[in-house]
Amino acid sequence: MGEFKDIAHLIRLAGVFLLGLVLFLVVRSVTIPKSFGQYGPFRGAALVELSSRPLAFAGHEACEICHPDVAALKAKGVHKSINCESCHGPLSKHADDPGNFKPVLPDVAQLCIRCHSENIAKPAGFPQVNAKDHSSGQTCNTCHKPHSPSFDAGDKK
Amino acid sequence: MMLNRRQILLLLPAAAVAWDFVLADNPAGSPNYKMSDHWWGMLVDITKCIGCGSCVRACALENDVPEGYFRTWVERYHVSDWHIENPQVDSPKGGMDGFPPGKTEGGKNFFVPKMCNHCVDSPCSQVCPVGATFHTPDGVVLVDYEYCLGCRYCIQACPYGCRFFHPKKHTADKCTLCYHRITKGLTTACCEACPTGARQLADLKNPNDPIHAFLKTHSVQVLKPHLATGSKLYYNSLDGSVR
Repeated sequence: MGEFKDIAHLIRLAGVFLLGLVLFLVVRSVTIPKSFGQYGPFRGAALVELSSRPLAFAGHEACEICHPDVAALKAKGVHKSINCESCHGPLSKHADDPGNFKPVLPDVAQLCIRCHSENIAKPAGFPQVNAKDHSSGQTCNTCHKPHSPSFDAGDKK
Repeated sequence: MMLNRRQILLLLPAAAVAWDFVLADNPAGSPNYKMSDHWWGMLVDITKCIGCGSCVRACALENDVPEGYFRTWVERYHVSDWHIENPQVDSPKGGMDGFPPGKTEGGKNFFVPKMCNHCVDSPCSQVCPVGATFHTPDGVVLVDYEYCLGCRYCIQACPYGCRFFHPKKHTADKCTLCYHRITKGLTTACCEACPTGARQLADLKNPNDPIHAFLKTHSVQVLKPHLATGSKLYYNSLDGSVR
């Protein structure tokens, strides 16, 4: 026991360190969120919060369940690659509750020129018109059907 | 229980495999989604973009982006042959309402949709002092809005200008790659709304994703490759003047 005399100051020091360690562990367990590290070095609950946000756009698969006729018509025309909600707007509310939430028909005068008005920066092959010259004031759907816009029998492709 | 050296060496690889499973879980709210099965990016085909702004409107509607701020936007470039290093760029209201007729005199004109590049080595996450910006195991850069202090450091750090300070939340905000949609098997709002297929969500871990065929057969570039951010926003036919 000879070598262990006069160690009271060391025990006190060790006690201080131990107290510090306990305090650190207590503060750590209180401040670090439970889900931290669940999926990686971040708060796992943040991922859950972000992924549980409600949808606005239902997605074209949802539309095609109830509207296969429109989908079939569109699939034959030049607008085949355009998804429903690109023109009709976000409609997940309608997809969830078709009875109570009715979509509003898009305003054709605004809708078509969004894509088809002339612009120098558009790809050369993209069909573009000067709306005033092209239709002399008539709305686009006088001649073109939005879901299948090109003329079936005729001069124009 | 005592383990000898041989047993510990045998257990180590098993523990490594197990740890991978611990990290790669599926977030609640999307029970059938496994993060370790995906690695998200996006393909932007400049030859197809018509500057209609559908993506910008769709993003704002899907994600409640405040007016005047953009998680995605469209720029129009005008590059004349003697000013190839100094293109003229305009983006009225982020291209949300389309573009007025552009310059007709000599030069190239084209649209460039922009958004978060979801970089693998993102400068924004490296500068965050509180770890609020993080990388998900499926390759998406997200902000923890409860951790974010609103110090704006990341907004300055992003070399692509993809972040903004949310005026109501008082935190940094950015594109989430529609994390609430892609974890449910849907595409992003911008890709859903794009009428020409100029934007396509790409899952680089899915061998059947058309991105692989596209990357093999096209001249694809990322923005600012010299910064080595590991951008996953792949641009087809990207002009050298685009910054």
